[in-house]
Amino acid sequence: MKHAIRLLLALAALALLVAGWLWQHNFNDGVALDAPTVAAPPTPTVLERGAYLARIGNCLACHTARGGVPGAGGLPIATEFGTVYTSNLTPDDATGIGRWSAAAFWRALHHGRSADGRLLVPVFPYTHTTLLTRADVDALYAYFQSLPATQAPTPAPALRWPYGTQAALAVWRALYFKPGELAPDRAQDTRWNLGRYLVRGVAHCSACHATRDRWGGADWADLSGNTLKGQGWYAPSLLDPAQASVAHWPEAEVRQLLRTGVAPQGQASGPMAEVVLHGTQYLSDEDLDAMTGYLRGLPSTASNRAAGAQARPTDSRLSQIGARRYAQHCADCHGVEGQGQAGAYPALAGNRAVTLAPIDNLLQTVLYGGFNAATAGNPRPYGMPPFLLTLSDAEIAAVLTHIRTAWGNQGSAVTPLDVHTLRAAALRTAKS
Amino acid sequence: MAPRLPLHSRLRNRSLQLWWTIAWSLLAAVATTQDATAFEDSMAQRTAACTACHGEQGRAGPDGYYPRLAGKPAGYLYNQLLNFRDGRRHYGLMTRMVDLLSDDYLMEIAQYFASLQAPYPAPAAIGRPVAPQVLQRGRELAQRGDAPKNLPACAQCHGERLTGVQPRFPGLLGLPVDYLIAQLGGWKTGERRAHAPDCMAHIAQRLSDADAFAVVTWLASQPVPTDSAPAPAPAVEAPVAPDLTCGTAPWPEGATR
Repeated sequence: MKHAIRLLLALAALALLVAGWLWQHNFNDGVALDAPTVAAPPTPTVLERGAYLARIGNCLACHTARGGVPGAGGLPIATEFGTVYTSNLTPDDATGIGRWSAAAFWRALHHGRSADGRLLVPVFPYTHTTLLTRADVDALYAYFQSLPATQAPTPAPALRWPYGTQAALAVWRALYFKPGELAPDRAQDTRWNLGRYLVRGVAHCSACHATRDRWGGADWADLSGNTLKGQGWYAPSLLDPAQASVAHWPEAEVRQLLRTGVAPQGQASGPMAEVVLHGTQYLSDEDLDAMTGYLRGLPSTASNRAAGAQARPTDSRLSQIGARRYAQHCADCHGVEGQGQAGAYPALAGNRAVTLAPIDNLLQTVLYGGFNAATAGNPRPYGMPPFLLTLSDAEIAAVLTHIRTAWGNQGSAVTPLDVHTLRAAALRTAKS
Repeated sequence: MAPRLPLHSRLRNRSLQLWWTIAWSLLAAVATTQDATAFEDSMAQRTAACTACHGEQGRAGPDGYYPRLAGKPAGYLYNQLLNFRDGRRHYGLMTRMVDLLSDDYLMEIAQYFASLQAPYPAPAAIGRPVAPQVLQRGRELAQRGDAPKNLPACAQCHGERLTGVQPRFPGLLGLPVDYLIAQLGGWKTGERRAHAPDCMAHIAQRLSDADAFAVVTWLASQPVPTDSAPAPAPAVEAPVAPDLTCGTAPWPEGATR
């Protein structure tokens, strides 16, 4: 009995210690919210910098609902833990950030806490915005405060229990979030340091491209690819030469991809097309150049996702059906030999997006079709029809197997079951 | 165990199978010979994704679900493209199509389809018999409206011949009955919307189900006149009714009218 009490007491003490440490870790950032920090009114240069960052950092694209007022939030973001709605960043007192001080805004971006002190859900990538300099955060603050105030209450997040609770967020943050800016790497030049700041901080590339564990956590410096479970797309590895590494691309082609969404050896589709349309196409020449340099300089590592899928033998009957459907539905645009049409339709022969082991993106493209982003550099894009209603799971599996194995392509076969599983997921997550 | 079919039925199945095989081989052969189609940088090529569902030249899809695009007023088509992109009309496949496109390009696409003149097919027979008094009521609503019920005539906005009015009132003839019913229903429930103020929503909400059915049935049974072009824009656009004004997107800068 005495032992049991002692044990209980010890456990209680341990729990208190852990809770205390969690509290300390999450709530003890010591930011004084009423500290007068921003000179009012902001200069045009500051406002311009803020507007620029809001664009290239995709703040505006995410914080704007379909057809809604820019910056007024309300866009649903689907994750595997539930759906979160982006908040209203216009200076409305009741529903926006009208009453927020510059320090409160800084605390949100740097420490991931709301003006009322609550821990924020990390769908808002404070894991990345924490790297932003105070000057850049203040510029963003000044810009959002300059928008017309719009009354638009943010819908409550619909997260499964316990993911949205403060306790769960505190534990998650203790595991995966460390506030702090990037210390300049003296061994590298200014261009590289700027590129790293843009890729890891402002443009928060690893929010999609870092491999996440089952709790949605990751090493935020990682870019080795991730399946976006809530969205049905795969963000390919930026390190793997078989996926989306651009280490061997000419610099001009990397710049072209980020500026226009299309390049000779690849194009942006799905969520990345949105990133180019709303964000990277607006990069200044200097920033575009720095980002290009940083991405090309990333180490080359084969992704662990490439292995394993190769072993499956190709069903010869499936390939025959695939070849026939290809001739019927695809060859007019993509060419009899998968050679594509320069400037209009991508080649499928030798295309990494076609042979990529995760087939999520291929399937999204075949099911839903769509146009490339109409960027300033590619204002009148060509389009692909949807095949959702015309081809069965077996036919899609056949045609995908065909394009992944024909013309020297070394992709794995796709089975009707693969298509069925992903089609169901894609239907659930399809935007309407 | 599956029941064994009578002999004539099994034979029919077998001959059907044979016909299918022949038809498929022919199709495949045609598809292979067509592979060599020369690529051409044209709007027809750029909008191939649209015509895959909406039919060649945007003449309408085969199943009554995908409406005709050819020859509709450019302003109307442009408004619909924006409505899909900006969440006022809902059809997932259509939204995905236009999601990443700019106002300028959507206007160019709208003007391209508006410029196509393609013949209309004869109106399809309506699946079940319709009482003459229903058709009579439909005609009355379309041509004269119903003042006591505060319902303007379709013809008041959509043109005396109901072939539409430039630049943004669509024609109402040559559309399948299923499509018309779905659209009026969508407007009644708020599923389909237009730019505010949404005049068509107000009208649809005032229509009783019986009146909606009558007007839709009458419209779908009318042949399209030989000259199916929308009427030219009026010099001054009069409001539909004292309490009904119709919203629209501004014409993008730089696009020709």
